[in-house]
Amino acid sequence: MTLQFLADGLIAGSTIALGAVGVTLTYSILRFANFAHGEFISWGCYLTLLIAGPIGAWIAASADAIGPLSVGWNIVLAGVLAMALTGLLAIALDAILFKPLRERGASITAVMASFGASMALRALLEVLFSSRPAYLSRELQIAIPVAPGIRVTPDQIALVAITALLVAGLHLLLTRTALGRSLRAVGENPALARVAGVDVARVIRLTWFLGGALACASGVMLGLVVQIRPTMGSEILLPLFAAAILGGIGSVPGALIGGLIVGLAEATTVELVGSQWRAAVAFLVLISVLLIRPTGLLGRSP
Amino acid sequence: MPDFAGILAYASVFLTLALINGIACLGLNLQWGQTGLFNVGVAGFIAIGAYVSALLTTAPVDGRFGGFEMPIVAGLVGAMIAAGAASALIGVITLRLRSDYLAITTFGVGVAVQLILRNEPALTGGTFGISFIPRPFGSLADRPLLFGCVNLALVGVLVLALVVGLQRLARSPWGRVLRAVREDERAALALGKNAASYRLQAFALGGAIMGLAGGMEAHLIGFISPEGYDSSLTFLIWTMLVVGGSGNNLGALLGAGLVSVIWSVTGLATGMLFAPEDQTRAAALRNVAIGVLLAATIVWRPRGLIGERLSVSRHVGD
Repeated sequence: MTLQFLADGLIAGSTIALGAVGVTLTYSILRFANFAHGEFISWGCYLTLLIAGPIGAWIAASADAIGPLSVGWNIVLAGVLAMALTGLLAIALDAILFKPLRERGASITAVMASFGASMALRALLEVLFSSRPAYLSRELQIAIPVAPGIRVTPDQIALVAITALLVAGLHLLLTRTALGRSLRAVGENPALARVAGVDVARVIRLTWFLGGALACASGVMLGLVVQIRPTMGSEILLPLFAAAILGGIGSVPGALIGGLIVGLAEATTVELVGSQWRAAVAFLVLISVLLIRPTGLLGRSP
Repeated sequence: MPDFAGILAYASVFLTLALINGIACLGLNLQWGQTGLFNVGVAGFIAIGAYVSALLTTAPVDGRFGGFEMPIVAGLVGAMIAAGAASALIGVITLRLRSDYLAITTFGVGVAVQLILRNEPALTGGTFGISFIPRPFGSLADRPLLFGCVNLALVGVLVLALVVGLQRLARSPWGRVLRAVREDERAALALGKNAASYRLQAFALGGAIMGLAGGMEAHLIGFISPEGYDSSLTFLIWTMLVVGGSGNNLGALLGAGLVSVIWSVTGLATGMLFAPEDQTRAAALRNVAIGVLLAATIVWRPRGLIGERLSVSRHVGD
């Protein structure tokens, strides 16, 4: 047995962490588990794919791979644009679906509505793009040894670095800026925040935008590792929830740690038991956390 | 001359399957409609019922567990016990926590059950599933119309018994506590009602009813495989309940009937309108429509077609 699975787990964990941060953010501010978050991941990835093509055709040089990476600037640029679009998609979904329910004060029906929306959004991707797998890059990369028994590709190093940057950026935004303070205030007590002069509607839009944009980033990263299919987001949803709850729902650093742990646990299972049971790991992590410490690692008691 | 007997036989099978979906809806109505418990793993609990009943009643097969050749009734009882026990276990773990955790965990149950169905051929037959499941009145199978009608009657009687029983339960003191817990847990607690215990009972009983639906369907079709129990089944059952009117047992049945009709009519329509290479995409279009229907009903008509009726004890008033 080599230590390769540790690297694999860390890389898978980064993708999960990025999605879980979005789940935990929307949960802490809007107070419901959004089952459509996985669909933001898939939509983000497909939007990137859709935008990258024309950019690559328009500026041919942009499709050349950046240094040792397998993708060109067109994918990077498309990813950034798609992040904005996925954020807007999340805001639009909120406006037509969740806002009316919020005004009625029914938080559990919001969970149900998100479940319905997830099915519609996933099926819509299947209608638009069919369920044939797509790829962001078809280039094969040579893995380079970084430590005894561990090899990683340049793409994978970039993925981990981008995750670290995005999560650190979000953490700074939440803890160091006035915007972040108003975000956290709404999460603590929306009524009090409103009285204190916080524009709650704006904070909610910002939350959806951030959640959608991070989901898109997570989708692009996932799209570099696995085949792009309409079901890719719903397949990763359980690991996202498990990571968010393990980290303590509402905690951004917790979601990061939770994501890495779930990723490592999945990689260990693939190594020791077999890849067909990978998807069961998230369920076992979830059940264990709920049994042993429902508040999660960094969560506060409800 | 059209084949009337054939059409009637088809209609009887269609109605039977719609009624079985109605049974699952009744189970979900007990959990969500009456008690406010959100279960996103409906397909998983239905699958547990289907597989347990199939394993108990089929003939032995080399290399696979089960094959006890028990009577169908024993299989169905086993299905209810297994699905009820699985629900109770999940309930014990999650019902003391916030409501979203139940939703997330039951979603996990759906995923985990699907994995076991696919990856444990020695237990579940793997992707090939289980075939040759004994059918009720199997000796009549060569006469489709009669076979369809007796099975329809059988399921009809079962649904009637369930509805009567569930209606009595809903109006009983037990049912009132469930709604009290749903509406205002603190008030129920203040009245000395053990809210957690009532929730658990409702969740387990609802799960057992879903298991019964799974078992019945397995016996009527005679074949089960993992694809039949993916998340789109959960989704369909939810849409039936919400469209029909959650909190109302008759609404659950009405929704099951209506959505079954929509589902098969759109299935026929996409089959005729689209070229063979576009069929899978057309099937996805149906899922979009059903998803939009569910979300739109929640937003615009949360009560569904016939929503919950205000029910108070007959000892109150007048």
